[in-house]
Amino acid sequence: MSLISRGFQRRREVEASPDRVPPGQYVTNDFPVLSAGPTPRISAEEWRFRVTSERGEETTWTWEEFSALPAEAVKVDIHCVTKWSKLDTDWRGVSVDTILKGVGSSAAFATAHSYGGYTTNLPVVDLTGGKAWIAFQYGGQPLAPEHGGPARLLVPHLYFWKSAKWIHRLELRDSDRPGFWESLGYHGYGDPWKEQRYAGD
Amino acid sequence: MERTALRGRLTWLEAEVVQLVQETARVKTIVFRVPGWTGHLPGQHVDIRLTAEDGYQAQRSYSIANANNNEHVALTVEAVENGEVSPYLVDELVAGDRIELRGPIGGYFVWEPSLGGPLQLIAGGSGLVPLMAMIRSQMSYASPVRTNLVASARSWEELIYRDELEKLSRERDDFDVVYTLTRSQPHGWNGYGRRIDKDLLAASTFAVEEAPLIFVCGPTGFVETAAAIMLELGHQPGGIKTERFGPSGG
Ligand SMILES: Cc1cc2nc3c(=O)[nH]c(=O)nc-3n(C[C@H](O)[C@H](O)[C@H](O)COP(=O)(O)OP(=O)(O)OC[C@H]3O[C@@H](n4cnc5c(N)ncnc54)[C@H](O)[C@@H]3O)c2cc1C
Repeated sequence: MSLISRGFQRRREVEASPDRVPPGQYVTNDFPVLSAGPTPRISAEEWRFRVTSERGEETTWTWEEFSALPAEAVKVDIHCVTKWSKLDTDWRGVSVDTILKGVGSSAAFATAHSYGGYTTNLPVVDLTGGKAWIAFQYGGQPLAPEHGGPARLLVPHLYFWKSAKWIHRLELRDSDRPGFWESLGYHGYGDPWKEQRYAGD
Repeated sequence: MERTALRGRLTWLEAEVVQLVQETARVKTIVFRVPGWTGHLPGQHVDIRLTAEDGYQAQRSYSIANANNNEHVALTVEAVENGEVSPYLVDELVAGDRIELRGPIGGYFVWEPSLGGPLQLIAGGSGLVPLMAMIRSQMSYASPVRTNLVASARSWEELIYRDELEKLSRERDDFDVVYTLTRSQPHGWNGYGRRIDKDLLAASTFAVEEAPLIFVCGPTGFVETAAAIMLELGHQPGGIKTERFGPSGG
């Protein structure tokens, strides 16, 4: 039972059907920015993307090589742990399935590493099966640095801190290891529909 | 998950309004007594939850404004026009009312004594709130670290905590504050009167050689600008911690 707040009323219009807005979230039309530090600026020339397997094998893509991979348009709803949700966002990215095709791995866990030192952990099953992308366009434009450009991870079914901006490396691992926010009291998995915001939720 | 069990849950607590302070025309500090509060570090925030008669709920995050003080949690809230939650908090709540909150949340944008100093704080608008918690905490220590605050506000009238900041800067030689008033300045104002830029921050902040810990908080545009300038001035990215408030970002 929740405490009733005397005199409090809904003031926001119901912008969307409730089945698209997870508990505790509200719909925004802005695109808020959340990062723990300054925005890294990485040029296409210096950009590299790596996958390292649980056996230490490494696959690297330059921007040119990455751009040559088959990409797809993605329209998804995104949910930030700071309470905003944004519906029908338009991205273009390379499916993580495509990325992992040539990588021999049976790892169950992954840590995404970003330029600037950010990390976040995810089960590999949440990255595969058409559920995650390395996105490089937003709204038809190259992804802006403050939103994670040149390229960010996009895992829309989890809270947005899992969609690591400025992604640099995907580390495939046999064991799970908490990332940046996950070590600071945020939930290890982060399912917005179960409202898994903080450790213990 | 194992870690989950170790940390325990952040449960919703009942918070009773014990004091309201009018900071500016549209900003109030609301002091709650929260039985069961386990304490916090400066820089952390809480989530609050409001529930309407019909069961509708809204949650928002607010930074904690006070130093750790038993069961007391102070929030400073700016009533955003047409906002759902902030005008309720600022205009409706009276002493004795109760709402739900949980926390403390956030373990990165925090300052603790073990981190040392000097402390360079850069605030835009209500981004001053978590930085004020840092100032208040560490001014109460036996050996506070040298602290410099750059505070940007639209006008003198809209600057929160100004009496307290004035008093601290008069009375303490380990605390300095530089104001910039971006929209209007009082008659005879001899401080800055423009948005932060490289010259302003170069002249008003600790030099790179002092290796300050830098905390920047405010609207997204402000934080992006300030953090980028501090990098340009030569500070290390790892030494700059940022918190971006509000949706006014792009
Ligand atoms: C970690 C964190 C800490 C925060 N700490 C504080 C704090 O200490 N003090 C504080 O006052 N706020 C703080 N905020 C912002 C706060 O959580 C709310 O977003 C804010 O109070 C607006 O909520 P609302 O329900 O009134 O407005 P909403 O109903 O959510 O929005 C109504 C309208 O106002 C606009 N709007 C919403 N928020 C802002 C804003 N911040 N600036 C300008 N326009 C806005 C929206 O775009 C919308 O058009 C913090 C946010 C975060 C993520």
